[in-house]
Amino acid sequence: MEERILEVKDLHVSFHTYAGEVKAVRGVNFHVKRGEAVAIVGESGCGKSVTAQTLMKLIPMPPGEIKKGEILFNGVNLVNKSNKEMESIRGKDIGMIFQDPMTSLNPTLTIGNQIMEGLIKHQNMSRSDARNRAIELLTLVGIPQPEKRVDQYPHEFSGGMRQRAMIAIALACSPQLLIADEPTTALDVTIQAQILDLMKELQKKMNTSIILITHDLGVVAEMCDRVIVMYAGKVIETGTVDDIFYNPQHPYTKGLLRSVPRLDLNRDEPLTPIFGTPPDLLRPPVGCGFTARCESAMRVCQEYDPELNDISSTQRAACWLQHPLAQNRAGS
Amino acid sequence: MIRYLGKRIIFMILSLFLIVTATFFIMKAVPGGPFTSEKNVPDEIKAALEAKYKLNLPLHEQYLDYLKGVITWDLGPSFVEKSSTVNDMISRGFPVSAHLGAQALLLAIFGGITLGVVAALKHNKWQDYSAMLIAVLGLSVPGFILASFYQYFFAIKWGIFPIAKWEGFEYTVLPSLALAAMPIAFIARLTRSNMLEVLGQDYIKTAKAKGLNTVTITVKHAIRNALLPVITYLGPLLANILTGAFVIERIFGIPGLGREFVISITNRDYTVIMGTTVFYAIILVVGILLVDIAYTLVDPRIKLSDAGRE
Repeated sequence: MEERILEVKDLHVSFHTYAGEVKAVRGVNFHVKRGEAVAIVGESGCGKSVTAQTLMKLIPMPPGEIKKGEILFNGVNLVNKSNKEMESIRGKDIGMIFQDPMTSLNPTLTIGNQIMEGLIKHQNMSRSDARNRAIELLTLVGIPQPEKRVDQYPHEFSGGMRQRAMIAIALACSPQLLIADEPTTALDVTIQAQILDLMKELQKKMNTSIILITHDLGVVAEMCDRVIVMYAGKVIETGTVDDIFYNPQHPYTKGLLRSVPRLDLNRDEPLTPIFGTPPDLLRPPVGCGFTARCESAMRVCQEYDPELNDISSTQRAACWLQHPLAQNRAGS
Repeated sequence: MIRYLGKRIIFMILSLFLIVTATFFIMKAVPGGPFTSEKNVPDEIKAALEAKYKLNLPLHEQYLDYLKGVITWDLGPSFVEKSSTVNDMISRGFPVSAHLGAQALLLAIFGGITLGVVAALKHNKWQDYSAMLIAVLGLSVPGFILASFYQYFFAIKWGIFPIAKWEGFEYTVLPSLALAAMPIAFIARLTRSNMLEVLGQDYIKTAKAKGLNTVTITVKHAIRNALLPVITYLGPLLANILTGAFVIERIFGIPGLGREFVISITNRDYTVIMGTTVFYAIILVVGILLVDIAYTLVDPRIKLSDAGRE
């Protein structure tokens, strides 16, 4: 039986600003199975990072607020948890890697110290045990001379090394779920590949589930089992990697794939971007958020927001074109 | 490190030399002399006095004599207080001034940092607003007004603390508060703005994602990073407290070095002016060196070394 380690149901997150309420996440549903790697993709400002940080309740509250919904982690709803209770889950059961390794490490503490903190807090280790474990972890993430490196400061590490150290911090207590928020965006391409390989390898070794947030579809193809495509604070398509790459259903997903450079196409041909910008989530549109940029938009798209419809047993898309009734009509 | 310190000490001596030279010639350029206030001195007595204190020698000889004195730490006799030398005055006045200064300094550092941290943690709440109100008052009301204000309320009206003099701990409270008010305000504002910046940094989010509690995050991750600019201010703060003490010591009638310094200027007591200036300059220069060393203790990224070398 497949075990759902995380299930997010109808999650709504808003930020209260001077201009009004920004509805950053508007009813997101998804799940993650044990040992699975799931990607959340979408352009900037579509709610990926907010969703991820809400899972650990790391968004600042206020101005942020979880308006509605459930986050079931091993069947326990995290939304109702107090900050104290969340502290014993963060770092222990759920680890997180951030985008920019240059700013995500504290410049005044040694790398070892920063890895040890979580171990001492969650596993009641003594300082010397934690130090030995930190050296093991540094070896695990492929940092040479870990005995020496453990006492060094972040400024003595390169960008890729720092991201490795971040992974060591996130994995210190062997969490069941690892959330990686654009872990490779700030790194150059060769380092990106190394970090991805490392994450894949560690995932197999530790049987951790991964939620990978990215806007790099190449990273998705390399790492993940399933893909969740987000747009304007909603999930608009989900499916396996093969579903999404070979049989995309939602016009937005198709657009995303078209805008990726490909090796087999003529290099002189310009890329096809998706024109326009995402809607303002201060005043989200009534209908489908993608209407204004969609080539196949119909009148119904402006007035009613489509639900996620089953395409196959693994794939779902939220588009009126894939609505059962539309399919029937096209067929008749 | 040792190379660096050696270099710094040479520069310190150089700047002290410049300070001594500048004060000496500026002081000589001011009209009047230590004996002009004594009425009806016959010319021959005046000449005898000047000869005794070597004021009749050409300027450059007086200057060289003085330099020799400074190097051997003999700052000469006081012209006005005939019974004591400048060295006596410093060893008499400085302990009192140092006590007052240290108390004010500690008050300023701990009070200011606490106020700033609380204000940042309670950003845009009443604690923040009241801390910043105190800070604005402290910055905008001069110490001597604050001192008279304290004297009026705490001493005259309510009789909690003695109004002046220096005879025990309760005598030190009001002057320390008056002296520390400005630096407390400045440090509080500095700490608050730095804390707010640091609390928005990614590494604070990393710390939160590790499951650390708010106290650990604040103490271990935020304050240390927020304090760097505060340490920079400690050098000028030392100067502020030293010069602030001149006025405060006068108002509270404290027998410190600052008061001697102020009196000596009105009296044109050449050797005392020179002596105290040199002494204060030494304290300041050493203080600034200590601040630079303190940097390396707080921020591992800063290493004291010659430029261009690691």
